[in-house]
Amino acid sequence: MDTGHAAWVLTSASLVLLMTPGLAFFYGGMTRSKSVLNMMMMSFGAIGVVTVVYILWGYSMSYGTDAFGEGKAGLFGNPFELFGLSGVGDDAGSGSYITVAFQVTFAIITTALISGAIADRTKFSTWMVFSAIWVTLSYFPLAHMVWGGGFLSGEDGGLAARIFDGVAPIDYAGGTVVHINAGVAGLVLALVLGIRKGFGKEPMRPHNLPFTMLGAGLLWFGWFGFNVGSFVPSVAPGDSAFAANFVGETGLVWVNTIAATAAAMLGWLLVEKLRDGKATSLGAASGVVAGLVAVTPACGALSPVGSLVLGLVAGLLCALAVGLKYKFGYDDSLDVVGVHLVGGLVGTVGIGILATSGGLFYGDGGKQLVIQIVIALFAVAWSAVMTTVIALVLKATMGWRVEDEHELNGIDFSEHGETAYDVAATGGSPFKTGA
Amino acid sequence: MKLVTAVIKPHKWEEVREALAAAGVAGMTVTEASGYGQQKGHTEVYRGAEYDVSLVPKIRLEVVVDDADVEGVVATITSAAQTGKIGDGKVWVIPVESVVRVRTGETDEAAL
Repeated sequence: MDTGHAAWVLTSASLVLLMTPGLAFFYGGMTRSKSVLNMMMMSFGAIGVVTVVYILWGYSMSYGTDAFGEGKAGLFGNPFELFGLSGVGDDAGSGSYITVAFQVTFAIITTALISGAIADRTKFSTWMVFSAIWVTLSYFPLAHMVWGGGFLSGEDGGLAARIFDGVAPIDYAGGTVVHINAGVAGLVLALVLGIRKGFGKEPMRPHNLPFTMLGAGLLWFGWFGFNVGSFVPSVAPGDSAFAANFVGETGLVWVNTIAATAAAMLGWLLVEKLRDGKATSLGAASGVVAGLVAVTPACGALSPVGSLVLGLVAGLLCALAVGLKYKFGYDDSLDVVGVHLVGGLVGTVGIGILATSGGLFYGDGGKQLVIQIVIALFAVAWSAVMTTVIALVLKATMGWRVEDEHELNGIDFSEHGETAYDVAATGGSPFKTGA
Repeated sequence: MKLVTAVIKPHKWEEVREALAAAGVAGMTVTEASGYGQQKGHTEVYRGAEYDVSLVPKIRLEVVVDDADVEGVVATITSAAQTGKIGDGKVWVIPVESVVRVRTGETDEAAL
């Protein structure tokens, strides 16, 4: 790795790590005041658990030699090969510590994202155990499949190569691995855990929207590390063309990231203005995240104008999708499904339409689109199966829900022995309509 | 002695305080309160979900006054807090049996 590149990836790793505390604020502000600490602790807890697991076997399962054999485009890496990061350290062989640093932050935030679906009601102990098992069975395999030369990469023997010759799937920074994966997991957990007491009847409005705006800002800032740090040189280290490759691509990815985000925020606000009469701060914060999610897989493949289009579509669709939970009666409390699953699908599939090379709109036929749909569906299925199995086993063993009385009085006190504020907020009356 | 309690609009509080000070009222107790009357509440929308928020934020001020001053204090509060729109609040008066100033032990009128 070129030293300038290495410096940028280390910086990016730190930026991405900041996203998880940012997510804690984003989610924490949206809960009621009696459960904000538990909500924030699920993000912080994920940092603890996933980091330990990543160092022990996570990196090896993601980027180690394919467990199905050297060079096979299989489902996961050998967890024992680089166990405890043994053998990691030099750039030439099994990757550098810098790669570990950058990638562990992705595993952390992906796990933390899921917690928004299960606000106010989840045993902290079960969440911590779930985090370790889920990241092992759902995240590391998908990271290996997409980025580690596995089944969803462009390698020979992979899924794409079996369908069309020479059309590689595109997932720049994690539409499938991160957002579809977390979004599906959130939906499964919301279904397995069931609704909160009073969901759809009692008011469950956000207790601190400035927290949510602050969190959205931190996520936005960190996301430039997430996307721009995901740059992979297309030339060999030391090649004289490296500088042009680095400067051109990282600049484009940065601009695409803000383009989609801005358009998505406007799209979300437009839906609110037309449907509800007012553009809200929660809508702005949500639109920002929806745009960031959608552009994550696409940021290296689109033009800035294409990114505006993708972001706008994501903002509009996600703003509409967050109402589905009332229609279908699942309590995805903070809209992990509506934002991350829908946004992740928009981004991953949108590449097939808007990619400047291979996209349908650029006259390159529908092959890329087909491949993008296939990898998106594969990611949905993988995450759904893994999460369902883990969630049901934990339900039968540890149990997911805190006692009803503790849920009603506030999970912060019953799970953590703390309360966030001195004086409880007042206000609110019966919930009137759905969405 | 009487206890005058007023529930008023928060943005009228400063005007009421100044008017009472000008009328010679030396102190009072103020709390942030919430409640509703004819004004009812309002609707808030979060990610498309509508919530009826029935409680409206109010300021509740309490002042104990000499019987002779009651009428003037009530009139001062009423005129300073009035906007003429629904939600201006209420003022009520109840009798007070005794008052003690904690610092000195003075009682009743001397403690006001």
